[in-house]
Amino acid sequence: MEVVRLLDIRNLYVSIGDKQVLKDVNLRVGSGETHALFGPNGTGKTTLLNAIMGLPRYEVDSGSILFKGQDITRMSMDQRARLGIGMAFQRPPAIRGLKLKDLIKIINPGADGGRILKQMDFENFANRDVNRGFSGGEVKRSEMVQLLAQQPDFTMLDEPDSGVDLENIKLIGEAIDILTQKDTRPSARIKSGIIITHFGHILDYMKTDRAHVMLGGSVVCSGDPKEILEQIKANGYEGCVACMCPAK
Amino acid sequence: MHVPGEVKERAEKARDKKALYGTDVDLKSYESKAEAHQEVAKPEDLPADVKKAALDVGVSLDKESSGAYVQMDQSPVIAESTYEGVEVMDIATALEKYDWLQDYWWKLVAPDADKYTADVAQSPPAGYFLRAKAGAKTVFPIKSCLYLGSTNLNQRVHNVIIAEEGSELHVITGCTTPAHVQRGLHIGVSEFFIKKNAKVSFTMIHSWGQEVEVRPRTGIVMEEGSSLSNNYILLRPVKTIQTFPTCSLNGKGAVASFNTVIYSTMGNIDVGSNVFLNAPDTSAESISRVVSVGGDVIARGRMTGKVPGARAHLECVGLLLSDNGRIYSIPELDGQSRDLDMSHEAAVGRISEEELDYLMARGLTSDEATSVIVRGFLDVEIKGLPEELKQEIKNITQREDLKGA
Ligand SMILES: Nc1ncnc2c1ncn2[C@@H]1O[C@H](COP(=O)(O)OP(=O)(O)OP(=O)(O)O)[C@@H](O)[C@H]1O
Ligand SMILES: [Mg+2]
Repeated sequence: MEVVRLLDIRNLYVSIGDKQVLKDVNLRVGSGETHALFGPNGTGKTTLLNAIMGLPRYEVDSGSILFKGQDITRMSMDQRARLGIGMAFQRPPAIRGLKLKDLIKIINPGADGGRILKQMDFENFANRDVNRGFSGGEVKRSEMVQLLAQQPDFTMLDEPDSGVDLENIKLIGEAIDILTQKDTRPSARIKSGIIITHFGHILDYMKTDRAHVMLGGSVVCSGDPKEILEQIKANGYEGCVACMCPAK
Repeated sequence: MHVPGEVKERAEKARDKKALYGTDVDLKSYESKAEAHQEVAKPEDLPADVKKAALDVGVSLDKESSGAYVQMDQSPVIAESTYEGVEVMDIATALEKYDWLQDYWWKLVAPDADKYTADVAQSPPAGYFLRAKAGAKTVFPIKSCLYLGSTNLNQRVHNVIIAEEGSELHVITGCTTPAHVQRGLHIGVSEFFIKKNAKVSFTMIHSWGQEVEVRPRTGIVMEEGSSLSNNYILLRPVKTIQTFPTCSLNGKGAVASFNTVIYSTMGNIDVGSNVFLNAPDTSAESISRVVSVGGDVIARGRMTGKVPGARAHLECVGLLLSDNGRIYSIPELDGQSRDLDMSHEAAVGRISEEELDYLMARGLTSDEATSVIVRGFLDVEIKGLPEELKQEIKNITQREDLKGA
């Protein structure tokens, strides 16, 4: 008998315009797990998260995305969000005239905006337009603030650490742990996540259960996060091509 | 000295003179006689309809203010000052009381400018006279409401606003019709005199009916060191509106800012400002935000720089959310001197997909996300307004019923 995974991606092919970016991606994330996703620039990591989120320009050519046992491959973005998927964008847009504190309320009327902003050391940005004029690192904290309000069951983080200073990397790592319930014992965890990072430094501040390497639009390697990161550091991504660890 | 007879004569000759811009209104199709309305002692005594309509255009007559003026059709029903530094009178009374007012009467708007000004010049004066005395600084706005309450009426208004030297004056005017008024015409002549170092904010909110035509005619002069924040908000359907206020910055260092917020659903809306920078170190900006889900909007802006060192900036941004709408943005810069700094920015587009996707990824439906973006777009940051007025404007531009497409 097959166990129902929180996220189950099967033989997924995704195109942007004429270009097929994802090729036969298979990925499973169980309840309570947090995975890391590595890979060189332009290999399709963001494309994968965007396709899971359901951004309109990401065309699924074949394959399927199952979430909580439901086929969400053709579901609209907002439906997916309401089903429990949330994402921190790699490059989020600014929204003129929408204050961050108001967006928090819109995302989740029950959220304790004050506490969340304080947690991310972001109180001074409550009255500013969302992401408008924010520095690279500030934008990343704005994303975390919004996710903390949203409380998704599956949190996708697209380079939440890029452009972020050391102190704030720690803050973001801790927030991710909260979102993925790392404060409770493993068997009691329901919430899951996936993080894309190039540096791995943030992984010192958060718990990850498993890591994957993407190359050329496919997941080519999966395993223990620390081990994989060391491999990449030692041998580069070419090493991953040579290595034949199973991608399952 | 000015001869009133001359105004009438000039007006008579311009009886049929069409306006330069806007659709032509058949004045004869409107009634020029209005039923008279009783004066009331205080704003609380106004008819409930009027109070409600005033509130709808941001004029909360019970809240703190420096004065109030309410006109129903052609009758001033209340004109009171609650701050000794300012005078609030109906214009007919003021003209009787002050001979010197003739030096201001029809000085910035020509009675023969077009058939609309001519029509106002030929009818008995009705409107407000507002004056901030030298050095008087009001914090609370004078609140006024021009209420067109009778179907088919041609409502004619002539206002004079004087901010004496060193004064500070804030005015909010709501112009509105109740839902039962099917058809009407509103012509409003306004003349603003902003003297040395005076500071004025003037906020006008329009809320008309689907068969109402509107022709405001405004002239403004600004002396040395004075400032003006002029704000215009139109969010409800209207048949036609055309206005092109002229503002002359005649004194060194005068600063004018024009903000326009329009949400168009139908009709023909032709608005803008015409600013002359006539003195050194003057600066002016004109910012307009237009959202259209229907109707034709022409957003004009003209800045004429006549002396070195003048600075002017125009910004017209439009969001077109429907195939039934049109936004025609016409920014004009006329430099007539060396060392000017004049610029403009104009853009007409649709809602950014990236922003829409972003909000939908947070769980907002497409409609909710659109509405949030539209409201954000309309939320202009207006400088030089008291907090309370800022909030009032925000309440109006952030209404839930502006849903976008
Ligand atoms: N809108 C688009 N139009 C055309 N090509 C696109 C588009 N978006 C992404 N691509 C291409 O798809 C490929 C994968 O992009 P993606 O953003 O998924 O890479 P990534 O692995 O996230 O890289 P990085 O580490 O640089 O963020 C790249 O070659 C990119 O140029
Ligand atoms: Mg990426």
